[in-house]
Amino acid sequence: MRASLWIGGVISAIVTGAAVLSFVWVPHDIEALNIANKIKPPSGVHLLGTDHFGRDILSMLMVGARTSIAVAIVAVVIGMGFGVPLGLAAAARTGSWLDEVIMRGNDLIFAFPSLLIAIMITAVFGPGAVNAIIAIGIFNIPVFARLTRGAALSLWTRDYVLAARVAGKGRLRISAEHILPNVTNLLIVQGTIQFSLGILAEAGLSYVGLGAQPPVPSWGRMLADSQTMISFAPHMALFPGLAILLTVLGLNLMGDGLRDWLDPRLARDAR
Amino acid sequence: MLRYAGRRIFSLVVSLWVASVVIFLALEVVPGDPAAYMLGLNVQEDTLNALREELGLNGGPVQRYLSWTGGMLQGDFGTSYTYRTPVSEMIADRLWVSLPLALYALALSTLIAFPAGIWAARRRGSAVDLAIMGGTQLGVAIPNFWFAMLMVLVFAINLRWFNAGGFPGWDGGMGPAIKALTLPAIALALPQASILARVMRSALLDTLGEDYIRTARAKGLSRGQALRRHALRNALVPVLTIIGLQFSFLLAGAIIIENVFYLPGLGRLVFQAISARDLIVVESVVMLLVFAVIMVNFAVDMAYAWVDPRLRGRR
Repeated sequence: MRASLWIGGVISAIVTGAAVLSFVWVPHDIEALNIANKIKPPSGVHLLGTDHFGRDILSMLMVGARTSIAVAIVAVVIGMGFGVPLGLAAAARTGSWLDEVIMRGNDLIFAFPSLLIAIMITAVFGPGAVNAIIAIGIFNIPVFARLTRGAALSLWTRDYVLAARVAGKGRLRISAEHILPNVTNLLIVQGTIQFSLGILAEAGLSYVGLGAQPPVPSWGRMLADSQTMISFAPHMALFPGLAILLTVLGLNLMGDGLRDWLDPRLARDAR
Repeated sequence: MLRYAGRRIFSLVVSLWVASVVIFLALEVVPGDPAAYMLGLNVQEDTLNALREELGLNGGPVQRYLSWTGGMLQGDFGTSYTYRTPVSEMIADRLWVSLPLALYALALSTLIAFPAGIWAARRRGSAVDLAIMGGTQLGVAIPNFWFAMLMVLVFAINLRWFNAGGFPGWDGGMGPAIKALTLPAIALALPQASILARVMRSALLDTLGEDYIRTARAKGLSRGQALRRHALRNALVPVLTIIGLQFSFLLAGAIIIENVFYLPGLGRLVFQAISARDLIVVESVVMLLVFAVIMVNFAVDMAYAWVDPRLRGRR
């Protein structure tokens, strides 16, 4: 299964590379409107064609990748930043009221359909990339909290943890020094998966107009713009969708590959 | 069983209560007065007050929270600020689109996922298994609204088999209505079917490795018989959990898909309500969906506990 790590890694690297490159260079300036050149199919000058304002679609995709990646990464950071400490705390005091409150809180967040809450948040605070990040990030918290708690619970029964307790280390220190390093692999794998889900969620939110606002390009909005023109300009709908598909596919493959590589035991179970 | 049910019902009530408080507070911080919004700029103070009174906007937050939840318990969801019609009627109308759509998608997803997952598990490691697993990778990575757009391009615009959007209603008979829901249901079902097929496959592979399958084979059952009678039944527990969870994804995922196809469902209602600042509608639809999700999860939990006594002890 090493192949999936490679394929996924290469796709992810290309997408990230294109996003980084767009800071210094894009094939065509996306702020210069060129109406005479609108809705051109792919050609030698515009590799992926132009949109209804005459903007180069490849350049738009490169800049749009920044939005997708930034939103998804920050959402994962929010999820880990809150979820991991909560999960560690719940596992360190398993069965206590703290554990109970944390786990019931998780259940509650899970009960809300995530997209609906994202929509509610943007309804309350207005659409925009920051609110999309918050909306997606909140739903990453219970994912990481549960994962961390589950993994940490089994680690707490290990002999080396017992040894650390005998040596007089407190629960907080054991969590930080012995538990956390041993759940890192799992967190990396889950982080990749949540990253790809974040990209899909961002695309969905900006498709319905609740994500990044114009003039910031985003893949979801490019799709929304293309919808009314799909019958005569299918290339406008095709490429942003393919960009999302490839990015998510690449990240998922990388996640699978990382899991097999970092944790051979899980790999055997999965197969 | 009764003690378990009691505990679960208690946590169900607590969840619903917390959810309603969260939703109420979230919309409480929204700036703007709906009554002022409805009446426009040149309005007299007492007209404004009268409308506020009529809409139940006067009074403290606690009082309004109690009247909102109290009303919902009696089936009264309040009055829409923009349409001046009872929210419950609006929701009931839209539910006739969203609910059939979610059920249709769930049925499609199950119909695709079960055979695919079972087939892949039986021919584990073969080309068929690889192809099915590869297909599911694509299925979870594809944005479903984009897939919906592509289907519109191919089946509605080029082949003209379906309409590109809209909903004729149920009055014109089942046929046209179901036809209008077909493309949306496929778009909704695709990612869910991919996830479900993967769960089905791995759950089956787990149970196929159990001793009781070897016993069943040893007593003379064929592979297919052992699979049907023993492995499949035990693999159903994780599969049912996922189906329960997917129902909520389908109801919420429908929000975006309804927009692709201009279907007059709950999702479009929410969007229209948001753009018109009709917050009582947003509040009620969100609460209703959360209620549905919590109830479905509760029903799934109870079904397990009934089927499998071992689960009753666990939380």
